[in-house]
Amino acid sequence: MQIRDRVIEIIAEQAVLEPSDVTMDSTLESLGIDSLGLVESIFAIEEAFDISVPFNANEPEQSDFDISTVAAIVDGVEKLVKEQT
Amino acid sequence: MKKVVITGAGTINSLGQSVPDTLEAMREGRCGIGELEFRDVDRLAIRIGGQVKGFEPEKRFNRQQLSLFDRFTQFTIVAAREAVAQSGLEFRGELAARAGVVLGNSGGGMTTLDENYRTVYEDGKNRVHPFVVPKLMNNAAASHLSMEFNLMGPSFTVSTACASSNHAMAQAFQMVHGGMTPVMITGGSESMLCFGGVKAWEGLRVMSRDGCRPFSANRNGMVQGEGAGIFIFEEYEHARRRGAEIMAEVAGFAMTSDASDIVMPSKQGAARAISGAMADARVNPEEVGYINAHGTGTAANDKTESAAVADVFGAHADALMISSTKSMHGHLIGATGAVELLACIMAVRDGVIAPTIGYEEPDPECALDVVPNEARERHVDVALSNAFAFGGLNAVLALRRVSGN
Repeated sequence: MQIRDRVIEIIAEQAVLEPSDVTMDSTLESLGIDSLGLVESIFAIEEAFDISVPFNANEPEQSDFDISTVAAIVDGVEKLVKEQT
Repeated sequence: MKKVVITGAGTINSLGQSVPDTLEAMREGRCGIGELEFRDVDRLAIRIGGQVKGFEPEKRFNRQQLSLFDRFTQFTIVAAREAVAQSGLEFRGELAARAGVVLGNSGGGMTTLDENYRTVYEDGKNRVHPFVVPKLMNNAAASHLSMEFNLMGPSFTVSTACASSNHAMAQAFQMVHGGMTPVMITGGSESMLCFGGVKAWEGLRVMSRDGCRPFSANRNGMVQGEGAGIFIFEEYEHARRRGAEIMAEVAGFAMTSDASDIVMPSKQGAARAISGAMADARVNPEEVGYINAHGTGTAANDKTESAAVADVFGAHADALMISSTKSMHGHLIGATGAVELLACIMAVRDGVIAPTIGYEEPDPECALDVVPNEARERHVDVALSNAFAFGGLNAVLALRRVSGN
């Protein structure tokens, strides 16, 4: 499975939606994912790809990991996976 | 109703192993936060904390006590010995029968849990020390304290996460206030600075890797501490008759529940607790000169707390001082309100306001006088101590200056 599809699956599960309802330009807010849901999603992503996501809930905009849209998250995960290999 | 005063205090925390040492550190704006030292710390992303260093339990306790006392119990007893010695009280006869202890604690014997999980899971052993249960239970410290000082009245532990010690002290206050007992020992104790304890907190992603900077625009999270704060709450006439030194009056308190979110704070819940404490203590907002903030250094707490204070005090919010001593000793979770009450005592008794250290950049969402970086001398009649826990459980205490002291 592609990184993109797996990330979407994780986010969809958190939002209690079908993966098809999650588009690349969706924001977590528009999907109804709150701060706890975000932290859980990041945990699930770390577990799925065996990576460490640099994200501090106190300063989301300053973290090295962009969470503004699903596309940004997918990009970030792809980068981290590549860095790891 | 009876007037309640504080006639003894004791502490151990990363700033000092006694009240005078701790208050001196607060006056000087010293930071007790540093590199954590314990097994497997290299597997943590968060490696700083307000850890108690240079503490030698084998010098304070005998062999049997050591086998039964988790670190949080050790802290409790050390702090209680200081508090009881200062009060000059001896618990015998009727006083012993009526006096008890209400202690705040959140995690119980975390170090004991961590070590013994390691033994069975990591080391694969099939046997643990026989005292694991009596060592780790949340009431162990309260029970050992009752044994150490012969307290046979109402004794129990209160657990409301970061508000535990404020809830505990409110209970003890109520008991003395209502005439149930002339003396209660109270406060809080916590020791979560072990691999499992910090690893769990790491998961929430609210911890800072580099420091606790409450109310500062560049704050990036909380830093954990450990230790205990213990107080003697005594009925005023009882204290006066025996010529006890009175540190401050416990004037009132309030508790509220946000009933909204398991981790996010609520401005309304905090505001109701602050105004409730003032109503209970029968003080006007204008009389409050100092607030020891919950001030965790997280984005969410500090702006919500600042907004609550602004709402409750209106124009007076700009005149009062509010500081977070967590910047120095870290967040002691279930013991934090107890150690922070020391800063309130220092304010009303000594007229010294502990600073918020690590303050680097003003945050328009926290536009209050946070006493940045340097302590201040100022006469204060009434001080409040805020504690707002995960789970939305809030408890605020009010201390009043005792005149002629």
